[in-house]
Amino acid sequence: MSAMNHDLVSLAAIFSQLSLLAFGGGNTILPEMQRQVVEVHQWMSKADFSALFALAQAAPGPNMMIVTLVGWHVAGWPGVIVTSIAKFGPSSVVTVAAMHAWERFKAHPWRRFVQLGLLPMTAGLVAASAALIAEASDTQWVLTAITAVIAWLSFKTKLHPLWLLAAGSLIGLTGFGQF
Amino acid sequence: MHEHVLQEPLASPTVAEIFIGFLTLGLTAFGGALPLARRELVERRKWLSPDEFTDLLGLCQFLPGGNVINLSVAVGVKFRGVAGALAGLLGLIGGPSLIVIGLGVLYQRTHQDPHIRHLFAGLAAAAAGLLVSMAIKVAWPLRRKLWMALIAALAFVAIALLRLPLLPVMLVLTPVSIFIASKANREAQR
Repeated sequence: MSAMNHDLVSLAAIFSQLSLLAFGGGNTILPEMQRQVVEVHQWMSKADFSALFALAQAAPGPNMMIVTLVGWHVAGWPGVIVTSIAKFGPSSVVTVAAMHAWERFKAHPWRRFVQLGLLPMTAGLVAASAALIAEASDTQWVLTAITAVIAWLSFKTKLHPLWLLAAGSLIGLTGFGQF
Repeated sequence: MHEHVLQEPLASPTVAEIFIGFLTLGLTAFGGALPLARRELVERRKWLSPDEFTDLLGLCQFLPGGNVINLSVAVGVKFRGVAGALAGLLGLIGGPSLIVIGLGVLYQRTHQDPHIRHLFAGLAAAAAGLLVSMAIKVAWPLRRKLWMALIAALAFVAIALLRLPLLPVMLVLTPVSIFIASKANREAQR
């Protein structure tokens, strides 16, 4: 029981920090989430982490549902509740507070500099997410090929992401090239 | 907000309506909820004018946290205070949380089966592909801005290759990046 409590405290600490660092949306914090969950706490392998990420992408809703899955994997329902409150609570409190000040600071020149300054951070962090998730997912050449083709299609066309996920799953299901 | 004066008054949703609205959004949004959020909030439910939506989204992208998650809180608090914020947030994440847990249980029970394993390997590879494409889309506008591209590259090296913790990396690189942005802007104005 105390091991479980210890996990819950760790989940709360990790995800409340991630909540406040997630500038530029959820995908910027995936590398830190992976580092904490896989390397620091060793709750799962990095392949498991990528599988959870893929599951969350295939489900409807905001793109941070991997948070819920990590909580579930580590500590069941209490884990879901603790990670959800930790991940969505602090940033929501900031949003409520900022709603009152927004009219004043939205015209301030520094707002634009901060926004411009965060842009390269977002770019670097999303690229890091992509590299780490692809590295963990693409253990066979055929999987690397799927990642490359889907990336190209998603960049070049307006095909719905769900079709692309379905296409990747079907190619995977054939077992072609997987040993 | 002079541009709204001539428009007909927009609807003012109750706490229950906010919950139902975001529950619907959460359950129907596949592959990113943002395009659908605009259609639901502006066109279908008419809670926000197009300008108000753009303005609120600007705030939500600026703050930490998922954009649509922040939007659910911002819309909730705008109409019904903290109760509205809770209704928006719980509506948005409640449905998808249950679905994703269901999928997780299914995965746990079936992932020993070789067919399921192959299917999931393909799904995970495709999900990685979507992320690669998003990374390219975010980085594309920086390709001719030397300093911004350098900051992005440093962040990538620190996080993906050196596996440094996020907090110190952000504490060092973000102020530098903001400083460069403000300096570039002053020089452009000169």
